[in-house]
Amino acid sequence: MKIPGLDLEFVALAAPVPIWYAQVTGPQWLQAATTVRDEGGRLLALWASDATFSIAADAIDTRAGAVFVAYVRQGGVIWLALPLEIKNGCPVYPDLAPLFPVAARMQRAGTDLSGIHAESAIDTRAWLNHGAWASDHFPLRQDPQALPQPLPGALTDYPFVRVEGDGVHEIAVGPVHAGIIEPGHFRFSVVGERVLRLEQRLGYTHKGIEQRITQLAPKEAHKLAGRVSGDSTVAYAWGYCMALESACQVTIPPRAAWLRALMLERERIANHLGDLGAMGNDVAYAFGLAQFSRLREDWQRSSKAAFGHRFMMDCIVPGGVSGDISLEHKDQMLVHCQALELQVRRLFDIYEAHAGLQDRFMVTGRVTPELAAQLGLTGLAGRASGQARDLRCDHPFAPYSELHVKMASHHRGDVGARAAVRFDEVFESIRLIRQMLGALPSGPVQCELTLPAKPTKGAGWVEGWRGEVFVALELAGVDDGNRILRCHLHDPSWQNWPVLEHAIMHNIVADFPLINKSFNLSYSGQDL
Amino acid sequence: MIWRVIGQIARAGICTEPAPDIGSDAQAQSARIQTELLNILGQALCIRQVDAGSCNGCELEINALGNPYYNIEGLGIKFVASPRHADLLLVTGPVSRNMEMALKRTYEATPEPKLVVAVGDCGCDGGIFGESYASCGRVANVVPVDVTVPGCPPEPLEILRGILQAVRRRVKAKE
Repeated sequence: MKIPGLDLEFVALAAPVPIWYAQVTGPQWLQAATTVRDEGGRLLALWASDATFSIAADAIDTRAGAVFVAYVRQGGVIWLALPLEIKNGCPVYPDLAPLFPVAARMQRAGTDLSGIHAESAIDTRAWLNHGAWASDHFPLRQDPQALPQPLPGALTDYPFVRVEGDGVHEIAVGPVHAGIIEPGHFRFSVVGERVLRLEQRLGYTHKGIEQRITQLAPKEAHKLAGRVSGDSTVAYAWGYCMALESACQVTIPPRAAWLRALMLERERIANHLGDLGAMGNDVAYAFGLAQFSRLREDWQRSSKAAFGHRFMMDCIVPGGVSGDISLEHKDQMLVHCQALELQVRRLFDIYEAHAGLQDRFMVTGRVTPELAAQLGLTGLAGRASGQARDLRCDHPFAPYSELHVKMASHHRGDVGARAAVRFDEVFESIRLIRQMLGALPSGPVQCELTLPAKPTKGAGWVEGWRGEVFVALELAGVDDGNRILRCHLHDPSWQNWPVLEHAIMHNIVADFPLINKSFNLSYSGQDL
Repeated sequence: MIWRVIGQIARAGICTEPAPDIGSDAQAQSARIQTELLNILGQALCIRQVDAGSCNGCELEINALGNPYYNIEGLGIKFVASPRHADLLLVTGPVSRNMEMALKRTYEATPEPKLVVAVGDCGCDGGIFGESYASCGRVANVVPVDVTVPGCPPEPLEILRGILQAVRRRVKAKE
């Protein structure tokens, strides 16, 4: 791995996906960002790490760590570390938001959790800290083994951007929403029925996952990772385990990798079925909800039968998977796949032919491919807006390297396109499951992990149903009890939430639930 | 077009299953549940669901209660958009500190007699997240709880059982 014009020493991590690590200086930090942007790369994640607080031998301020950024380039992920500079007693680094707008909220979260600041950033409002903890208390800078007593404060008002002019009024929604969904606040500025601007305030479900994970043993923490966003439990558990296995330099047995992929595709289908029904419901097509929710229930029940859990929570464990599937369940799954495909095809035809439904789906909540590229829209929403990227196709690792996944892609970028991508992916995942069941390699489903003796980095990168989940892990060495020093779990919702603010513009308020559902982003995944 | 819809409905048939048994003294047949609900509330049971910080796993299972298998509306139970219309709060946790006030206000906005069912391991005891600078832990640390439903996430039937138990308790208290 090389960045043109920069002399950096990249170290390849031992992950099944291409991930390189390098340390940069301030000027290199900006130059790398510019180069990545100019060549069409994207910012995957940005986070701070204080992992050096217990391992730096010669640090003057042992609490000053580094800021990390991960970019996706043609050849894989590059993970760059910039040691922080202290200015006026404050750890600072160069702002990336002008180059990658998506960085803005991640940088604000870095301030709230680790007290690091993007120099000359425009938006410096707190993001995750709503006042519940003191603004000078940085949760990720504490020693996880000697945490201070929490000192909760009063929640603070958030300075929303005001839209002014004749006839403009505001609609405030949340954090407790009208449906059975997660909490968040939406502030609409509207004229008549049309939305001029939407501003989101998230962070309501922030429950301190990144601090909590440093209190857990590395071989136990996959359970917490699997609860970052319940709907993506397989993707997160795999992401975390891949990171841990890469730090331990372990390759899991082939059968374990295949079973993980089987679960990941099952998770994708379950969520897509749920969303297709819910999107039907949001255009008052109750038939769609009834049919798809029935199919989803069948699917979850068969996950429980084969893997022991309706969401396959805790079925992926460090070193492999928790159990094998029986021949009987394998046959049942094949029969189920056939029945599901037939029914979804029938429902697809009905959705396609339903004029009322299509009228609501078409041109609603449109994100053009140009805007999607500029704002870094990712995952299934990205693929509906011409961003033809799918980790399973771009950097296929076992078993995807043998399955030749066909990527779903559309250009319209509206609610209809996001529904179409879901239909395509359901059919493709059914095909993949069939193929995997037919060619499952034999052998063990788990292997032993030996935690590294020295402080080590590891990373995982998985294409979940919503988009790419990225996990960066720093482990302490044996001298420091093999603890987790830092683990950053990145949800694709970080990328897509800001784009939703654009997708709703000039649409009517009444279409917001539909547009929101068509993205179906995770609150818990981004709030952590 | 409409024939295809009718064909699909006919082929799928009715897949609704009986409501869960909540003990011998309260065999939960749907007719009986409906009568009990009418006795205690004089109307259908209205639930306001509050996600006070969950990972969204519990929400998926609560949503599943609406599918044709559990058909919760067929029992005379419905989810409403405002706590002011609700008889029961179905709360998932752990309660994040950022949601603590919102949950308290939702509780205050719910008219008496109000019931609270805490759903999921996190709602019951804080779960894997516990208590921290960001989490208040279990739901009962923030508002009074009538019934807890453990599980990660609890299956839809368990959640329904918890809801029926809470109502049953109220019926008994009235008797």
